[in-house]
Amino acid sequence: MKAPLLRIDGLVKRFGGLTATDCLSLDVAEGEVHALIGPNGAGKTTVINQLTGELHPDGGRILLDGTDIVGLPVHARVRMGLARTFQIVQLMGSYTALEHVALAVQANAGHSFRFIGDARADERLTGPAREILSRFGLATRADRPVAALSHGERKQLELAVALAMKPRLLLLDEPMAGLGAAESAQMVELLQSLKGQFALLLVEHDMDAVFSLADRISVLVGGRAIASGSVAEIQADPAVRIAYLGEGDA
Amino acid sequence: MSPPQATGARAALAIGGLLVFLLALPFAADLLDVPATTSLVTRMLIYAIAAASLNLVLGFGGMISFGHAAFYGIGGYAVGILFQHARLSEPLFGMMLGTEQFLIAMPVAIVLGGLAALVIGALALRTTGVQFIMITLAFAQMLYFLFVSLKYYGGDDGLVVRRRNVLFGLDMRDAKTFYFVVLALAAAYFAFIWRIAGSRFGMVLGAIRQNDRRVAAIGIGVYRYKLAAFVLAGMGAGLAGGLWANYARFVSPDMMHWTKSGELMVMVILGGAGTLFGPLFGAAGLITLETVLSAWTERWQFFLGPILILIILFFRGGLSGLVALFSGRNR
Ligand SMILES: Nc1ncnc2c1ncn2[C@@H]1O[C@H](COP(=O)(O)OP(=O)(O)OP(=O)(O)O)[C@@H](O)[C@H]1O
Ligand SMILES: [Mg+2]
Repeated sequence: MKAPLLRIDGLVKRFGGLTATDCLSLDVAEGEVHALIGPNGAGKTTVINQLTGELHPDGGRILLDGTDIVGLPVHARVRMGLARTFQIVQLMGSYTALEHVALAVQANAGHSFRFIGDARADERLTGPAREILSRFGLATRADRPVAALSHGERKQLELAVALAMKPRLLLLDEPMAGLGAAESAQMVELLQSLKGQFALLLVEHDMDAVFSLADRISVLVGGRAIASGSVAEIQADPAVRIAYLGEGDA
Repeated sequence: MSPPQATGARAALAIGGLLVFLLALPFAADLLDVPATTSLVTRMLIYAIAAASLNLVLGFGGMISFGHAAFYGIGGYAVGILFQHARLSEPLFGMMLGTEQFLIAMPVAIVLGGLAALVIGALALRTTGVQFIMITLAFAQMLYFLFVSLKYYGGDDGLVVRRRNVLFGLDMRDAKTFYFVVLALAAAYFAFIWRIAGSRFGMVLGAIRQNDRRVAAIGIGVYRYKLAAFVLAGMGAGLAGGLWANYARFVSPDMMHWTKSGELMVMVILGGAGTLFGPLFGAAGLITLETVLSAWTERWQFFLGPILILIILFFRGGLSGLVALFSGRNR
């Protein structure tokens, strides 16, 4: 069997007395959508932050394509093809939507030690950026500062920025959170259409979205994976039903 | 909101007007029989360069450096020390001779300002927030005390530069000639900052100021871009310091004192941090206030504080905000 694109092996993260990631192992294959679900405070974002390098694990390994990336800084991991979106959007208030995506295109094109040319007038940056924005239906919003965008549009912009980086593995931290029903459906459809172009680790509370997108689901409770399997397997798993899915309608 | 073309044309017109004003100023000063104005504005332009260089890190990059005067002082001492060695024909570091040549001394001042910024920035930029403010301050004060202790170069008393540097056949002693030399360099430096602000590097720098987490997440190593901005700023301060040494024909450790760093910060904030011409307005504004108030009362500093606070509180974007308000550009 082919080695997975991402392999997490015995990952441990403690915050003081709290073990937020408790000896977690999971993997994501090339092109696969692996959903990571679990109740609030289960440690999902903490896992993502360790994958990107914002948090340093207390133990375990993270292998991307067979290389241990635990020692690498955030930007170096990104350059290896790891992109993310944030649960709470992280954008530059005064920059337009176009400038955000263009900056990602720029970062992908190599170093930015270019001091003279006008970046905003550079077709090599704005061309691809406009194309990506229009794919998200954000073309008419391109020249607005993000401060003037709706919450849903900002969530979409986060994803557009991530896609502009042409990732091999995309980490999405609750892309539907706070979206209306129509926006959510649009987001699911978009992700559906991109499926297979890159591997996806999807953290999401919206179960309909998870069930329609995921190839595999892992359930995280208290930092520990209590179950992992196909959509059908997870839906049928009694432990999962008690710990998580059953919460509302048991 | 007016279309970008109109705003661009208006901005070009305003810049052109400013340049014509500055070019005509020494002649107008002679005509109006206030020749000292030329020297006063020379001083403003030198400070404008220093403040513009600080604005690069403080305004565009969001790094609150409280030790910027260190690089300004180093630029000044570069000119001063080179001059002293040329005058006494004493070798410097056992090999190099001093120089009185503007075209040698000034590049040395710029490069040394940049090198000092490279060393200090490489260490200080590993921290952020209050720690960064304190570390930059500490480094600058270290340099201040180093130059206080260098008795050979005048120590506390500073170093007199008997003659201004030599540039081609120009009469640098003439206030008007020297003014135009400074104006040319100031114009070039502001043009440089303008290009940087809109460049790929400038986009990264502005993004770092607003959200460095986002910048790292798109694969850009924040540290090296901050350091590059810090070095460019150090070079600009070195340029300003070298010009000051020529202007005042005197350098002293006071050029590096933390109060000088504070003064530069006030200019940037007063003028409008992160705007192109803010540092020019800020330098002109602060020097004007100082001049007017000190002619009026001995306790001028007592009045300066509240005035600065009022301007900063009531005009978002400092004096640039005020200028924009009057020119009807409400953004
Ligand atoms: N920087 C931190 N310092 C201390 N504790 C933290 C830190 N970050 C997270 N935690 C704690 O670790 C646990 C896991 O948090 P995490 O944000 O990873 O949960 P989550 O699964 O993403 O939750 P949610 O669904 O609400 O986003 C929580 O108990 C949280 O309070
Ligand atoms: Mg979370």
